Amino acid sequence: MSFSSAGYQLLPVLPELVLAVGAMALLMLGAYRGGEGTTKIVTSLAVVLLVVTGVLELMLPAGKLTTFGGSFIVDDFARFLKILAIIGSAVTLILSTEFLSDPSRRIFEYSILVLLSTLGMMVLISAADLIMLYLGLELMSLALYVVAASNRDNAKSTEAGLKYFVLGALSSGMLLYGASLIYGFTGTVDFAGIAAAVKTGSVGIVFGLVFLLAGLCFKVSAVPFHMWTPDVYEGAPTPVTAFFASAPKVAALAVFTRVTLTAFPGIVPQWQQILVFVAIASMALGSFAAIGQKNIKRLMAYSSIGHMGFALVGLASGTVEGAQGVLVYIAIYVAMTLGSFAVILTMKRNGQAVEQISDFAGLSRTNPMLAFFFAMLLFSLAGIPPLAGFFAKWYVFVAAIKAGLFTLAVIGVLTSVVGAFYYLTIIKLMYFDEPAGQVEPMRIELRTVLAVAGIFNIFFFVYPGPLVSVATAAAKSLF
Amino acid sequence: MTTWPILSVVTFLPVLGALVVYLSRGDDEAAQRNARWIALWTTLVTFAVSLILVWRFDAASAEFQFVEKANWLASGISYHMGVDGISLPFVILTTALMPLCIIASWKSVTNRVREYMMAFLFLETLMVGTFSALDLVLFYLFFEGGLIPMFLIIGVWGGPRRVYASFKFFLYTLLGSVLMLLAIMALYWNAGTTDIPTLMQTAVPRSLQTWAWLAFFASFAVKMPMWPVHTWLPDAHVEAPTAGSVILAAILLKMGGYGFLRFSLPMFPLASHDFAPLIFSLSVIAIVYTSLVALMQEDIKKLIAYSSVAHMGFVTMGIFAATTQGVAGGVFQMVSHGIVSGALFLCVGIVYDRMHTREIVAYGGLVNRMPLYALVFMVFTMANVGLPGTSGFVGEFMTLIGTFKVSIPTATFATLGVILSAGYALWLYRKVVFGALTKPSLASIKDLTPRESLTLFPLVALTILFGVYPKPVLDMSAASVQQLVNNYNAAVTAVKAAALVAQ
Repeated sequence: MSFSSAGYQLLPVLPELVLAVGAMALLMLGAYRGGEGTTKIVTSLAVVLLVVTGVLELMLPAGKLTTFGGSFIVDDFARFLKILAIIGSAVTLILSTEFLSDPSRRIFEYSILVLLSTLGMMVLISAADLIMLYLGLELMSLALYVVAASNRDNAKSTEAGLKYFVLGALSSGMLLYGASLIYGFTGTVDFAGIAAAVKTGSVGIVFGLVFLLAGLCFKVSAVPFHMWTPDVYEGAPTPVTAFFASAPKVAALAVFTRVTLTAFPGIVPQWQQILVFVAIASMALGSFAAIGQKNIKRLMAYSSIGHMGFALVGLASGTVEGAQGVLVYIAIYVAMTLGSFAVILTMKRNGQAVEQISDFAGLSRTNPMLAFFFAMLLFSLAGIPPLAGFFAKWYVFVAAIKAGLFTLAVIGVLTSVVGAFYYLTIIKLMYFDEPAGQVEPMRIELRTVLAVAGIFNIFFFVYPGPLVSVATAAAKSLF
Repeated sequence: MTTWPILSVVTFLPVLGALVVYLSRGDDEAAQRNARWIALWTTLVTFAVSLILVWRFDAASAEFQFVEKANWLASGISYHMGVDGISLPFVILTTALMPLCIIASWKSVTNRVREYMMAFLFLETLMVGTFSALDLVLFYLFFEGGLIPMFLIIGVWGGPRRVYASFKFFLYTLLGSVLMLLAIMALYWNAGTTDIPTLMQTAVPRSLQTWAWLAFFASFAVKMPMWPVHTWLPDAHVEAPTAGSVILAAILLKMGGYGFLRFSLPMFPLASHDFAPLIFSLSVIAIVYTSLVALMQEDIKKLIAYSSVAHMGFVTMGIFAATTQGVAGGVFQMVSHGIVSGALFLCVGIVYDRMHTREIVAYGGLVNRMPLYALVFMVFTMANVGLPGTSGFVGEFMTLIGTFKVSIPTATFATLGVILSAGYALWLYRKVVFGALTKPSLASIKDLTPRESLTLFPLVALTILFGVYPKPVLDMSAASVQQLVNNYNAAVTAVKAAALVAQ
């Protein structure tokens, strides 16, 4: 590589390059081949491409690699979250198989867009300056807007895409405005440079920080920038909702963590109070607003808002333990979410997808295994031990307690009790009520995803060591 | 000492049984019968193995025994199991009552038998684990994990208001426990470990003691349950199936008292000392008030549920008196109440299976057709009253003596509870058993079947045995109780001495 000497080594971005070139090659394949079966081939190859990208990411030399003049960084933190985002995207593509096999929806572009969005996430996760951050964020988001509207003939899906786009553009604007203020007051866009320049919280910096965090809160759908979430989750096709709830959340939370901890370590109290507020508001809204929901996808939207609040509890502590908590939380959250969506995608009667919560009634009679795994996932989402969700909450709250954020922790655990109520409501429907009719047998790919997610979720407590130690190493690489 | 992890075997054997039940597929009559037999054999074998614990237990030592330790979550949080004289009685109580619960459900549960048996077996693992965990996080895992099977047992196999009762049970208990979880985290950062024996040696700062004590209190007071957070109990008891009620009353309530003994007193002695008046007041209110409420009940199960709250008042009072007699009496009273209240719920279940009602007015004159039942029921009623010669007397008497040394008014008011319990228990017995058998629906009611006798007679024997010879239980716990009380007194006197010096 000819310009490796000038600080433009390409090795650290090799996985991204492969993914980008591969996505374009698949686009060509789809466009020129056309006809029957193209969607299927492109989707399968896209999954393979994601796996290759993930393997390449793992084969990169250990330690901290930087390129593009320090604006792109690959450390343990980035590796951990990239792998997680890739898993999220790949599983989403697997979950989408049925959606894409519908003759009226033979859109091979779907997989390409997911790939490009994943590319954006990887750039975002590795971003070490504000420019790279914005590039990654927009690449991720633009692809997501289109994917949300991918059910072209459906008014709700189109509406979801449009709503997401308009509100997303607004949040990008805010983020850019904040970034420009920060650049104006520090004279640099580089995170390390900003950290060196920001020792005290001048009004200008705090102003910029608030706008920057507002933009990021939008992406993780934290209160008060969550309004798009329920509508988009409900309107988008269900596999797309599964995607929104998993991989983009990983990337957004990653950049949230990296920006706050590496660019603003000097003014922790300033952003800590913002995060404490956002976390409390998200947890409270996520648990209270979900109670009244009738649609399972809307419920999952509020549930994800609440879960982002819990993850931000860890970040709010601003410590290594907090970052570790965020990483463990997001990993377990992705597993629980993908498993839950595998169940939601299975819920079909007479070829029609059913999305009402009441449709789960009596599932334990008609489909005991499905009901059992879903119940365990719901108990886990509620944070009941010994399931994985309990450990996720343990790590974020233990960090908050160490940082002395007692009010936050107490409010957090109390809202988790409220949250338990609506998860219990679904379990009650499945186990205590009479069946509402047969559901179609589960497709093999959904079954596999559910089994893997469910077993991870139930047996995590037996051997939590690997995930926890990887997360610890990843968190330490930020400090 | 032991070469095989005996405590883990006792804990996880039921899960193995549950897996076997799961593998015996099918939903027909044969599969149901298999599920019952597998569950029964599993619980019997577990009981047999747990008896080895008693056999090899060194009652002279206050140390934890049968200790197992393995790396688990992180540094300072490990898989650490062990029992001492305070926890062993509860382990045995659990393993002993489980086979009886399975037998009691033999005929009355016909719906989703496999799931029912699996839920009970999982519950047994979680209960035994709760009593033998020597790490706070591990303890919390077992303690809270028990909510899942119990929620399903009440909700799936319960009575008409099962949904309300199961939600109330789950959310109430969870609410108390999450606060305890935060206190566990605070202790973790204070000592760098959640290892219970280490924490018992670690002095906790005074302010943290107060907050942590309150947080643990929130959890255990709900579980116990103490007045005024007892309201979930009558609902849960009434709606749960018979075996569920037995487990709730006999084991799950004991987790609260066990928690006070294992955590509150040894880890936060100063806070326990400060808050003892609060506990005394709540205990006395519980004893007097819930006894009065019990007098007004129309549902047999509800009456017994309220009487449980009253009896648990004696336990909390005895524990926080922190005298040797009080604490030993608290342990004994819990074991005794586990046997007696479990047996009373079994008695209710027997007539409920025949008549499908728990209204007191629906019964009367049972002695005419069910003499054996009347006899057994009387033994347990008397034990519930606290008649000398039954195990109920020993526990109440010891807790009262222990409290008398510390607070005479508390003991005096609590003694009123003994009179009141005689009032409601005898009233119930008269209404249900005595009198003329006039109700036509009762005309053909049958006496105990051999299966039902099998569940009740061992409990009759234990009630009377422990009433006249309480030594086995008291000896088992004596050394541990003594050490607990000594450490508590040492901590409290040290602070008092320091305060005197400061003056």
